[in-house]
Amino acid sequence: MTDVAEVITRVHREEWARVVATLARRLGDLGLAEEMAAEAFAAAVERWPADGVPPNPGAWLTTTAHRKAIDRLRREARREEKHREALMLSGSPEPLGVIDDDRLRLVFTCCHPALAMQARVALTLRMVGGLTVPEIARAFLVQETAIGQRITRAKAKIKVARIPYRVPSREDLPARVTGVLAVLYLIFNEGYLASNPGAEAVRSDLTAEAIRLTRLVRALMPADGEVAGLLALMLLTEARRIARVSASGELVPLGEQDRGAWDRDLIAEGHALVRARLASGQAPGRFQIQAAINAVHTDARDVRDTDWSQVVALYDQLARLDPSPIVRLNRAIAVAELDGPEVALAELDGLPLDGYHPYHYTRADLLRRLGRGEQARAAYDRAIELAGNTAETAYLIRRRDQLPAP
Amino acid sequence: MAQYLISVLDHAANSATAAEMAAITAFNEQLIANGHWVFAGGLGSPSTATVIDGRGEEPMFTDGPYLESKEYVGGLWIIEAADLDVALRLTALASKACNRRLELRPFMSV
Repeated sequence: MTDVAEVITRVHREEWARVVATLARRLGDLGLAEEMAAEAFAAAVERWPADGVPPNPGAWLTTTAHRKAIDRLRREARREEKHREALMLSGSPEPLGVIDDDRLRLVFTCCHPALAMQARVALTLRMVGGLTVPEIARAFLVQETAIGQRITRAKAKIKVARIPYRVPSREDLPARVTGVLAVLYLIFNEGYLASNPGAEAVRSDLTAEAIRLTRLVRALMPADGEVAGLLALMLLTEARRIARVSASGELVPLGEQDRGAWDRDLIAEGHALVRARLASGQAPGRFQIQAAINAVHTDARDVRDTDWSQVVALYDQLARLDPSPIVRLNRAIAVAELDGPEVALAELDGLPLDGYHPYHYTRADLLRRLGRGEQARAAYDRAIELAGNTAETAYLIRRRDQLPAP
Repeated sequence: MAQYLISVLDHAANSATAAEMAAITAFNEQLIANGHWVFAGGLGSPSTATVIDGRGEEPMFTDGPYLESKEYVGGLWIIEAADLDVALRLTALASKACNRRLELRPFMSV
């Protein structure tokens, strides 16, 4: 019994997107595909413990879901004549062959730029990730009804506005891939540093889900450099997860982490991806550069061994692609290690980041190192006021309270 | 094929410059040549609108638009496109031609 339950969980993780994607193409209706896939999995839960797990679980689920869809359409066709046409179109099951293309179609449809970002995230987690509405609601600390409405509304728009179920044309592809990666990165980041004070500081369920989805997209688009770059960036970040929160629940900055606790396998995999991108000789995009920066950090066994000039050079390269103040802030952090806190502090001057708490704690740290305690205290205060993550707040409060009394 | 309504968001009626009108004409010719054209036209200002309620015994006529707003629909296209991606691409070109923001909405299929 337990074994079958475990198999079903594993099959759900591995086959959900495939079943939804195949059905969506056959039926031309994403909502119906999702419903029937869910019913097929429910049927598996009911029947596999008694009948045994079928030799090809994915094919069993797809066939079962397809039969259920036909039954549903027949019932509706009896009520509504016009559905007969749909029934004709979906009558013949196709061989399982172009399935991977279907999953890619599914990813692009869920991340379509005509949908709001929040809708894209919820839809991708539901349709591609197979998370239930309550699971997505818990992940983002949003009411279930709100997530349900978001998904329902997105499905209705896909259907009525005819968002196509296909891989975008060559001219649209680069922008659309960027859009998909933005959704995956957003899911990962919410896990990496939960923005809500009510949530756990680091949500490994969300980072793991983002990595799983990115691995899938990478398997579907192995030649895309930015997909590889994002996966590498996630792996090299995830590798440090255990070391990022102390036993007392405080966030631990990169320089103070126990590097022995880093996950060597994830680091090796991330480094291999970064090396392969460098060897390609193609100009890197922003995710590839960010991955390379993380490769430099994870290369150093001790923070003092970090190749800071390399980090600064990579931030220079990133700033040419993305001249945003956040990139300049991160560059300044590396500059502080290379040229000292005074130079870095000057680089922070005038950045329009007053509402961004990393700007204030970076300034606080630089001011502390320069012995300017009172200014450091004010900067810590502002950072604490703006930070939403409990572990981060705990760290900042301790740091502020360690400042020598004025 | 599906049909879509493209509404031109404007704050003044009949405000297109000569250059914009020329670009719109060129764009319309492209629409016709590629089989996307259904209809297009500019609208009089909201102050020229009349709201009609013919549900009662005698039709009621009310002077002015049903909604007062700073921005309103100054003109429209109806296009035919295979799917939203095609419609989005055409609408982006239309926006460039008329130099205005546009709203794209699908017609319900019959």
